[in-house]
Amino acid sequence: MTVHFCVHDEGDSVGVVVVEGIKSGQALNGWIMDQDKMITFNAKSDIPIGHKLAIRAIPAGDTIIKYGIDIGKAVKDISAGEHLHVHNVKTKRW
Amino acid sequence: MGINLKNAAFEGWRRENGRMGVRNHVIILPVDDLSNTACEAVANNIKGALAIPHAYGRLQFGADLDLHFRTLIGTGTNPNVAGVVVIGIEPGWTGRIVEGIAKSGKPVEGFAIEQNGDINAIAKASRAAYRMVKHASRLKKSAASIQELWVSTKCGESDTTSGLASCPTVGNSFDKLWENGNTLVFGETTELTGGEHLVAARCRTPAIRAQFQAMFDRYQRVVEANKTNDLSESQPTKGNIEGGLTTIEEKALGNIQKIGKKCLVDGVLDKAEAPTHSGLWFMDSSSAAAEMVTLCAASGFAVHTFPTGQGNVIGNPILPVIKLTANPRTQRTMSEHIDVDVTGLLQRQMNVDDAGEALLDCIIRTADGELTAAELLGHREFSLTRLYESA
Repeated sequence: MTVHFCVHDEGDSVGVVVVEGIKSGQALNGWIMDQDKMITFNAKSDIPIGHKLAIRAIPAGDTIIKYGIDIGKAVKDISAGEHLHVHNVKTKRW
Repeated sequence: MGINLKNAAFEGWRRENGRMGVRNHVIILPVDDLSNTACEAVANNIKGALAIPHAYGRLQFGADLDLHFRTLIGTGTNPNVAGVVVIGIEPGWTGRIVEGIAKSGKPVEGFAIEQNGDINAIAKASRAAYRMVKHASRLKKSAASIQELWVSTKCGESDTTSGLASCPTVGNSFDKLWENGNTLVFGETTELTGGEHLVAARCRTPAIRAQFQAMFDRYQRVVEANKTNDLSESQPTKGNIEGGLTTIEEKALGNIQKIGKKCLVDGVLDKAEAPTHSGLWFMDSSSAAAEMVTLCAASGFAVHTFPTGQGNVIGNPILPVIKLTANPRTQRTMSEHIDVDVTGLLQRQMNVDDAGEALLDCIIRTADGELTAAELLGHREFSLTRLYESA
């Protein structure tokens, strides 16, 4: 079974797409690495390889969790399955 | 079945100071930018001699000048170097670098251009290079334990696959090398931002933790004093963002995977400073690939491991750089730059322990003389770190 995206930890808010050509609406297999579990999810955007999708709804201002740790804040509301990157997330440092 | 590091060996060159080298270079080292032309002419005259041109060395002062000398002396002292010809515009600073390298016991000679001109300086230096390459070619390899191998790491053109797979692969091999008593280094001070607490927690003693924190805080002040935005496109780089990394915190958490799960930080180093005992060292350094790898070489490291996501192509004149990637697009489009393919990690076709073993195997083969992708492609990036403007 192809792994379409990987999640470091089940508490994370994001997964990372690890195959090329993911299209909006596509059903995706996700691998949660730390707990070694598989999940399925529908993409809500076209997402390039290496880019992230939200695996839960994230309101503007909320903290993004990856590796179980804070990686920045949402600057727009982000829905589950949506592409999450510099257009809707910013650093809390600098 | 893993590699038994206690019994693993490689064949390299035992240098005068006792260190083991894995390459046998004769380098032609300019003191300053003005001497690059002469160095390149000497390397052109004498086959097997390698010029290492660079951009600096004039009117530097204070700590910045100290770093310049430390980096050039460290480069000449590196055990991958059999002998050094130093050329400078004038004899004073040329002599300082020659004296510094001579402390290692290896052959080194210096030549100044003033009162000679390029042509006479090139002639004299070429004769020295001729003798030195002849000498180097006569040196025999001998066997040594893998424990004697100094291994550095720094990642570049990272993306999210770096933190998922290629950096954890280095971390797995570093855990094993650390337990084996090897000498290891990582750095990239700003690239720990967001995960600095994780590195601090891994420092062996409170004193080491305080030294690390002071280095981290100082670098943060440099960023704060000079920034004009949140550094997006610089740190993380434009390439990192193309690859899906969004914030410095995310990039840092991937980067830190390179120090594995067991290694403790046994000490901290200033830039181009040499470790004084085995273990894992943190070097306060730039996160720019060529600068950091140049500093690792100057600190005496003999093999470098370099995880990449989007496909950084870096090499170094004297330090073999082993590249690994987990990004299937990079592996498909840039395979000539990649030494270890760990793309299988993301499809659950290999586990991180297997990947760490594959990297260790490549490290040992490289130490034994197998050329890396960067060596085959002629990548010899040599970038000196500057602390501030020249006078």
